[in-house]
Amino acid sequence: MSNHHKETFITKYVFSTDHKMISKQYLITGIFMGIIGVFMSMLFRLQIAWPEESFGIFEAFLGHHQDGGVMSPDIYLALVTIHGTIMVFFVLTAGLSGTFSNLLIPLQIGARDMASGLLNMISYWLFFISSVIMVSSLFLEAGPASAGWTIYPPLSALPQAIPGSGMGMTLWLISMAIFIASSLLGALNYIVTVLNLRTTGMKKTRLPLTIWAFFVTAIIGVVSFPVLLSAALLLIFDRSFGTSFYLSDIFIQGEVLHYQGGSPVLFEHLFWFLGHPEVYIVILPAMGIVSEVIATNSRKPIFGYRAMIGSIIAIAFLSTIVWGHHMFVSGMNPFLGSVFTFTTLLIAIPSAVKAFNWITTLWKGNLQMNPAMLFSIGFVSTFITGGLTGIVLGDSALDINVHDTYFVVAHFHLVMGVSAIYGMFAGIYHWFPKMYGRMMNKALGYWHFWITAIAAYGVFFPMHFIGLAGLPRRYYSNTAFPLFDDLSDVNKVITMFAILGGAAQLIFLANFFISIYKGKKASQNPWHANTLEWTTPVEHVHGNWPGEIPSVHRWPYDYSKPGLPEDYVTQDTPLFEGEEES
Amino acid sequence: MTALLYVLLAIVICVAIWQIASIFNLKEAIATEKDNNTQGILFALFGVFFYGLMIFSFAKYSVTLLPESASVEGEDYDTLYAITMVLILIVQAITQFLLFYFTFKYRGIKGRKALFYADSSKLEAIWTIIPAVVLSGLILYGLSIWQNVMDSSGAKDPLIVEVYAKQFQWEARYAGADNELGRANVRNIKGINTMGVDMTDKNAQDDIPTRELHLPKGRKVIFKFRSQDVLHSAFMPHFRAQMNCVPGMITSFSYTPKITTKEMRLNEKTIAKVDGINKIRAEKGEDPYEFDYLLLCNKICGASHYNMQMKIVVEEPAEFNAWLQQQKTIAQIIN
Repeated sequence: MSNHHKETFITKYVFSTDHKMISKQYLITGIFMGIIGVFMSMLFRLQIAWPEESFGIFEAFLGHHQDGGVMSPDIYLALVTIHGTIMVFFVLTAGLSGTFSNLLIPLQIGARDMASGLLNMISYWLFFISSVIMVSSLFLEAGPASAGWTIYPPLSALPQAIPGSGMGMTLWLISMAIFIASSLLGALNYIVTVLNLRTTGMKKTRLPLTIWAFFVTAIIGVVSFPVLLSAALLLIFDRSFGTSFYLSDIFIQGEVLHYQGGSPVLFEHLFWFLGHPEVYIVILPAMGIVSEVIATNSRKPIFGYRAMIGSIIAIAFLSTIVWGHHMFVSGMNPFLGSVFTFTTLLIAIPSAVKAFNWITTLWKGNLQMNPAMLFSIGFVSTFITGGLTGIVLGDSALDINVHDTYFVVAHFHLVMGVSAIYGMFAGIYHWFPKMYGRMMNKALGYWHFWITAIAAYGVFFPMHFIGLAGLPRRYYSNTAFPLFDDLSDVNKVITMFAILGGAAQLIFLANFFISIYKGKKASQNPWHANTLEWTTPVEHVHGNWPGEIPSVHRWPYDYSKPGLPEDYVTQDTPLFEGEEES
Repeated sequence: MTALLYVLLAIVICVAIWQIASIFNLKEAIATEKDNNTQGILFALFGVFFYGLMIFSFAKYSVTLLPESASVEGEDYDTLYAITMVLILIVQAITQFLLFYFTFKYRGIKGRKALFYADSSKLEAIWTIIPAVVLSGLILYGLSIWQNVMDSSGAKDPLIVEVYAKQFQWEARYAGADNELGRANVRNIKGINTMGVDMTDKNAQDDIPTRELHLPKGRKVIFKFRSQDVLHSAFMPHFRAQMNCVPGMITSFSYTPKITTKEMRLNEKTIAKVDGINKIRAEKGEDPYEFDYLLLCNKICGASHYNMQMKIVVEEPAEFNAWLQQQKTIAQIIN
C-alpha cells in the first residue's frame, strides 16, 4: 500500500495528496477567510448603526478609504461585496464542502483515498491561489471589487461607475475563475470516488446521508459552476476587449460609450444559473452533516432515510430551474416570473419533509448534548425560520415589494448563512477527533453555541422588520431618508448582537487551535457512531485502514436497534444471528 | 513604541491562555448525563427567548412598517401578504415548539434506550401532501395577482410616464397631450436634453420633463423605465411597486394610485409612524418630518446609491392637471 513510501515535510504538510491532510488544509484556509469575512461585517455593521460617528477601528484598518475615522461610501460597498463573496464561496463552499467531502467521502465509503489524489491536491492549491488573489485585491489603491457579490454589469464593468470596478474587479474575476477550476476538480473527484471506490457491501442505500449530500452537491457544482465561468469570461471580454455582451446604450461622465446591443439581464440569467444552485451547494452538505450528527446523538436512526435521499435529489433538481426568482423585477418577461414562482415554491415541499424528519428523529430519542448536537438543533431552527420567509420571496407577486430590502438579507442569512455555518461547526466539533486525534473542549463549545445562537437571532429576526418597512439593502447610510429615521434604533440593536456574535467566534478559534495541540486524546469512536470512519485508527495512516478495508453489512443508522447488545453497531459488523437488516 | 507594547501584551496574553489551556487535557470532552440535563433545560429556555423575541419584535416594530397600499393593485398584495404571513407564523410556531420541546423532553438519561423508529410512510405522506396542497393554493393565488399587476394591456386612458435613472438622480417625462412618449437614446444627450430625447420625433415635442413625480388619483399610470448608465431599481414601497431600470432596454410597471398624499398624511398608521420619527428627530435637534411618498433606488449603483430619491405627489385629478399645465414641454425648454 501507499503507506510504504517516505513522507517529507513538503509532501506531508504542503503538497499532500492525502485526503485527510487536504481536508485540514481546506478547513484552516476556510477559517482564515472566515475571520476576514466576519470582521468585514463588523465594520460595515458599525457604519450602518452609527453612520455619522467616527471609529478608531476604521482608521486602523481602512487606510485612505476613511477620513478621520469616517468610512467612505465606496469602501462600504466594497466591504459588503467582499464579505458576500468570501462567505459564500471561500467559507461556505470551499471551507465547508472542501473540508468535509474530502475528509468523509473516502473514510465513510471505505476507500483508501480519493480517486485522484493529484487532482485533489491541485484543487486545494488552486483554491489557495484564488484566496490569495482575492485577499490581495483588498490592498489595491482604488479598493477591491464593490459592485455587490452578484457583480451585475454595467456597474461591475465600468471603472467610471465605481472605483472598485477597475483593478479590483479584474482580480475578483481572476480569483473566481481559478476558484471555479478548483471547485470543478474537487467535485469531479468526489463524484468519481463515490461512484467507483465504495467498499464491498456499501450499496447506495447503505451510504450515510453525508455522502449522499456531498455527492449530489458535487453534481450540482459540475452542472452550474461552468456557467458562472462563462458569465465571468464574457464580462472580462466586455471589460477588456470592447465586446457588448452585457452592455448597451451607456452614457457616463459626459460621454457615450460604444457598447450596443448587449443586455445586463443576460448576465443576471447566467449569474443566477449558478448563483441559485450555489445556495444549495452551500446548504446540502450542512444538511448531510446535521442528519448524521442528529441521528448519532439522538441514538436513533435518522427518520425516513429514503425520503431524506429523495428530498436531497428533489432539492438538487429543482435548484437548477428556479434561478429566475432572483429576477422577478429585472425586466424579464412576466410569464417567466410565473414559471419561476411555480418551481420555486415547489422546493418548500422537500424542504418541509427534511425539517419534519429531523424533528421526528429527536422524538423519543436519548439526546446526547454534545456541542455538535447543539449546533445541529440550532441548524434545524434557523433553517425553518429562514426557509419560511422564502415563501414570501419566492412568490413573484409578493417579491415586488421586499425585493432587495433587508427582508431578503434576513432571509438568506438565516437559511443559508447561519444554517450552513451551524452545519460547519457541527461538523467540526463532531469530526475534530477524526481530524486531529484529540477532542475539543466541551464547555467552550457550549458557550460558543449559546452566545452564537442568541446573537444570530438577535441580528436576523429584527432585520425582517426593517426590510418590511421598505429599507433597501446596500445603503451606506439611512440618514438621507427621514422616512427611515425610526429604524436607526433597530439597526443599533442588530449591530450590538452582531458584535456579540462575532466575539463568540473567538471562543471557537481559541478552542479549535488549542485543542489541536492540547486537547484530550480521542478514543477511536468517541461518539459511539456507526459509520466507517470510526473504524480507522486514531493516528492517521496513509490509506486509512492499516489492514484490509472493512466490508459493509448494514446501513449506517442501526442505533438502539432492539435485540442488539449496544445502542450502536458499526457498519462493518455482520448481522447478528436472527437479526434482520433494517 | 506603543505598538511594540501592544504586540508584547498580545504575546503575553497568548502565552497565558496557552498555559491555562493545559486543563483541556483533563476535562471530560463528551456530554455527560448532567450536561444533557443542563443543555436540555437551556434549550427550553432558548425556546422561551425565541418566542419572546418574536412577540417583542412584532409589538415593538409593527409601528415602523408601511401603511396600507396606496395603489389599487397593491390591495391584493396586502391580502396575499397577510395570508402568507399568517400561514408562515402558524408553521413557525408549531415546528419550533416541537423542536425545542423534543430537545428538552428527550434529553439523554443513562440507561434509557431510544425508540428504534426508522420510517412511517403515513407520516411522511402527511407532511408531503399538506405542504403541497397549501403551496398549490398560494401559488395559484399569487400567480393570479402577478398576472393582474404585470398586465396593463386592458387599461383605459392610462397616463404614460417615463422614469429615467442615472447616477444618482431620478428624472421623469410625461407623454404630454398625445400621451405618447417620443423616442429617446443616450446618444442624443446634449446640454439640457439630459434624457436623450430624439427631438426630430414629432411625438417628442409635447413631452414634459420634470424632477418630481406627480400622479393623479384613480387613473392607471403606466411607467416606462430607462437608465443611462448602470442598473438602478425604481422602488415605490407605498404603492407595492418595483422595477429595475436597465441600460439598453425599456422596462415597465403600472398601478393606479388611490390615496392622495394629503389623505395618506391623515392615515392612522402614517401618523403613528411619523410621530415616532419626529420624536427621534426632535431628540437630535432636527426639523420635523412630514410624510411624502418616495421613489428610491433599490439596486446597488455606486457611491451615492444610498441617496438617490425622488418625491412622489399623488393628487386629485384636477390638481394634477393644473400642475401638469404649468410645466414646460421639452420643445419649449430646448428651443
